Amino acid sequence: MLAIRRFEERVAQEVYAGNVPGFVHSYIGEEAIAAGVCLNLDRQDRIVSHHRGHGHCIAKGADMKKMMAEIYGKKTGYCKGKGGSMHIADFSIGMLGADGIVGAGLPIATGAALAAKLEGKGKIAAVFFGDGACQEGEFHETLNLASIWKLPLLFVCENNHYGVNTSAKYSLGAGEITRMPEAYHIATRSIDGNDVETVYQAAAEAVAQLRKGDGPYFLECKTYRWHKHFLSEGLEDLRPKEELEAWKRKCPISVFESRLIREKILTEGKAKRINARIMEMVEDAHDFALSSPYPLPEDALQDVYSA
Amino acid sequence: MREITYEQAATEAIQEEFRRNPRTVHMSTDLAADLQQEFGPDRIRVTPIAENSFVGASIGLAGAGFRTVSNLRMATFGFVAMDQMMNHAAKITYMFGGQAKFPVLYRMTVGAGFSGAAEHSISPYSMFMNVPGLKIILPTTPYDVKGLLKTALRDNNPVISFEHFLLGGMKGEVPEQEYLIPFGKACIRRKGSDVTIVALAKMVYSALDAAEELAARGISAEVIDPRTLVPFDREAVIKSVKKTGRLVVVDEACQTCGAAAEIIAMVTSDKGAFRKLKAAPARVCGLDIPIPFSPPLEKFAIPDAEKIVKATRGVMR
Repeated sequence: MLAIRRFEERVAQEVYAGNVPGFVHSYIGEEAIAAGVCLNLDRQDRIVSHHRGHGHCIAKGADMKKMMAEIYGKKTGYCKGKGGSMHIADFSIGMLGADGIVGAGLPIATGAALAAKLEGKGKIAAVFFGDGACQEGEFHETLNLASIWKLPLLFVCENNHYGVNTSAKYSLGAGEITRMPEAYHIATRSIDGNDVETVYQAAAEAVAQLRKGDGPYFLECKTYRWHKHFLSEGLEDLRPKEELEAWKRKCPISVFESRLIREKILTEGKAKRINARIMEMVEDAHDFALSSPYPLPEDALQDVYSA
Repeated sequence: MREITYEQAATEAIQEEFRRNPRTVHMSTDLAADLQQEFGPDRIRVTPIAENSFVGASIGLAGAGFRTVSNLRMATFGFVAMDQMMNHAAKITYMFGGQAKFPVLYRMTVGAGFSGAAEHSISPYSMFMNVPGLKIILPTTPYDVKGLLKTALRDNNPVISFEHFLLGGMKGEVPEQEYLIPFGKACIRRKGSDVTIVALAKMVYSALDAAEELAARGISAEVIDPRTLVPFDREAVIKSVKKTGRLVVVDEACQTCGAAAEIIAMVTSDKGAFRKLKAAPARVCGLDIPIPFSPPLEKFAIPDAEKIVKATRGVMR
């Protein structure tokens, strides 16, 4: 969680300084979900992410250096500078990529889940998406497909309650998101997505069921993003200020850290040391990105097709 | 040599390749009974009527090391899956910096001429040609569909096979022994010296009929079937035009921004071929209208041998 937070803070700082091209969607505020879910996954389990995907990459074990380089559009990035912030992938760790079209990762994840089922080794797939994706047709198609094929697919709905500035209260006719997977006879739970222990335990139960081959599982994780839809001076944030402040008091990191200190599992000194080590990793990643070369213009012609 | 139908030849291609490679999956909304009998329901899957999701699933399977065939039936149904085909299948090899291969084959029927009306008749390949990352094949004979689909099933990229609806039942010679047809190699269906006619999909047959009639009028037409649009056998067409000095391109698709326009641009922007041109190239394409239902309306909308003869005589003047 802390690694995601510090990474995202560094990225945001550089975006607002004008040093990063393109659109960056910050995961700050939602870290407990990626961390709590991915801790339950093996390297061979596959995940599919979305435009707000940095957290999922870090939680699945991606290399921060190659992530940062990609965000800067450098040749040493995960995608050689062809994808950027919204499209980081690392197939070697089962991170099948982040898709920038809302809801589009869902069908792709059904394929990864079907592959896991056909391989028959108890592997699973997990797909991260938001409340916005629940408004897309692909969402319903995927619930249906995963249900009738009993796919080992973990649906992780990061319900941050807004699509850009439009409230899900307005755009979701079903009211509660969980009513939709339930309608497709999918095991469903709604949890506090800001409490990493809750997420971890719920994901552990879900993953155990998935590995048994009992069919898909749907976890709705309620959360909130602290930044605007994407990092931009120009973009308005029309969400109520008091709502954001209330959710900030439920910060997944500080709440968990306080609990650990209160329960004497962690000391303040140790917390500081962990933080310092993470800061160092993030700085190393940033230095790596800055010192890396840009791709050659004509590198644009490579990778359109595979050999 | 034995004769089998186009559709049987296509099925044989899938059977042979699925026997070679167990990490293969077939998805279609209708049961592919022959395939399921041999390979079982795990690999030969019947999908809900949800094109976008099963096309998307094929991408996820590919990312996880499987090869898939998704039979979308008609290209107009394929439009339902445009997000997954255009935004994802076409782009993710590139967008992810070539980290993974995405071997997926999408089969769709195209064309008009069967009173299917506008929502079951279309030849949309030029739309897909405009999205780099896809390979596009247009098999026109039973022999070709088998050889090209086998190649598609060994290619490591998304391939779309556009198969004319009216060719499915057509019979032709297909050898028992294995063969493949490489992408990007055109086939000269008839040799000629006065004019080059490049014809796409089922229009190959109309062009051959036209060539016969033209021959009776003393005009020797060479008929070229490109067989694949991406990659395209530029050299074969340019070589032929350099020889004949005249070019007619025939396509059932609407004329505007179609493959025919691209083929003509390809030839006229080649200095060698341009210098040899004796007349302005001509297009014989579908009219820029949705395909109508009623037979006389539909016949009016799409090219036929008569229209090709007329256009070819035009470039001969």
